[in-house]
Amino acid sequence: MSAGARRCVVAFFMGVGGLAPQFASADLTAARQQALRNLLIQDCGSCHGSTLKGGLGPALTPAALAGKPAVVLQTVILQGRPGTPMPPWAPFMTEPEAAWLVEQLQTGVPNGQCNK
Amino acid sequence: MNMTVLNLCRRSSVLAAIALLAACATSVTRGTGDLGVVVERATGSVQIVDTTHHVSLARVEGLGDLSHASVVYSRDAHYAYVFGRDGGLTKVDLLQARIEKRIVQAGNAIGGAISQDGRLIAVSNYEPGGVRVFDAETLAAVADIPATYGDGTKRSKVVGIVDAPGNRFVYALYDAGEIWMADLRDPKKPVVQKFLHVGKQPYDGTVTPDGRYYIAGLFGEDGLALLDLWQPEQGVKRVLQGYGRGEQSLPVYKMPHMDYWALAGDRAYVPAVGRHEVLVVDQRSWKEVGRVPVAGQPVFVVARPDGRQVWVNFAPPHNDTVQVIDTLSGKIVQTLTPGKAVLHMEFTPRGENAWLSVRDDNRVKVYDSETFAEIAVLPADKPSGIFFTPRAHRIGQ
Repeated sequence: MSAGARRCVVAFFMGVGGLAPQFASADLTAARQQALRNLLIQDCGSCHGSTLKGGLGPALTPAALAGKPAVVLQTVILQGRPGTPMPPWAPFMTEPEAAWLVEQLQTGVPNGQCNK
Repeated sequence: MNMTVLNLCRRSSVLAAIALLAACATSVTRGTGDLGVVVERATGSVQIVDTTHHVSLARVEGLGDLSHASVVYSRDAHYAYVFGRDGGLTKVDLLQARIEKRIVQAGNAIGGAISQDGRLIAVSNYEPGGVRVFDAETLAAVADIPATYGDGTKRSKVVGIVDAPGNRFVYALYDAGEIWMADLRDPKKPVVQKFLHVGKQPYDGTVTPDGRYYIAGLFGEDGLALLDLWQPEQGVKRVLQGYGRGEQSLPVYKMPHMDYWALAGDRAYVPAVGRHEVLVVDQRSWKEVGRVPVAGQPVFVVARPDGRQVWVNFAPPHNDTVQVIDTLSGKIVQTLTPGKAVLHMEFTPRGENAWLSVRDDNRVKVYDSETFAEIAVLPADKPSGIFFTPRAHRIGQ
């Protein structure tokens, strides 16, 4: 397992314990994690940059997100931000999955490329 | 053997050895009219492709963050200028398959344009918001035009930059809702004309193929902002206002693009933001004359060079699909499912083939535009934009 992959796994378990009590690790298969990561880098990356340093949308690096409560970020992902191009992603993921993504963002997806 | 061919042969041995053997056996210098580049966004590389033989000739690496990268060509179509998300501006030699020059000119950028006279490259930047202009030959800085607005302390992200006759660049300020026209006939002293209050959140812009009209798509409202570059004193007009007719628009999972004005006869085909529709616009009256229901929210709406067909790709979750509109009947005549995440489409110079990048399948697919048969598949690493050299000679590209 690469260092990057280890960091991702650590982030994953932190997410389970800290932020989304309803979330059991069994809910997210490795394949699903990979799909979400791909969505993050490719689709979120269309506006936020594939290194998440920002574009039309703001930067999503750990530094940029510092001090923002996870539950707020999770809500933004799922419900979008009216008046901006940020759409609601609820049709594409569940609440626990959004919580997992927030955890990924706050911890820092290494160069945007976990497990690679 | 000619040095140029030698170089290309050496560098492309992995990707297209067989195709190149033929080229290498003959000692001729090749032209670039049937070449193009495919952007590989994940790896920061581009492939140089041959649209006659449907092969990749070479890969050039080291171009930085290429998410949302775009390309313009020098007027001799020898060089591709690649604009990266990370502010990188890379000049790629198509024949030698190598980086000629590369600079990182800003923190965050979205695209660029080449001037009418081919001497200037302008880049539109998000951070710091504005336009920077460079010498096309050396990439030396020539001019810096900050996109300040409001009380003069804020800077807007710049989108939709195009070249226009008169050595002008025209672009839109996303945060400010403005269109600016910068005249660079004297490159050291740009003369900027600003058009304020053109509409909410212009997200992209394009110019008609004759260079006369600049059109900015608006994300924040139903409509387009139109500027007649022949008569700029008439100001920006709003057209297609309220095409959503007050209906709630759908969430937009990928911003539409106005890469090139899709023109068929007098009619233009425009993506409707937040709707599963392509708008049909009469380019004389700028009125809507129809709309075509499509499979999803359009991202690119591209006319075949002869205007007989318009190809449309879509935002997630319909981004596995491409539809073809017959402009004579106004009906969809073909629905293709090339694969996961079709990001871009580019026609060969006279339109017999369409090249499609299929990002999540790591493939570029080539279709016959009459029979819709798939005629070639090229491996590529997360391909996004495809840009062919005929763009070198088109206004606005």
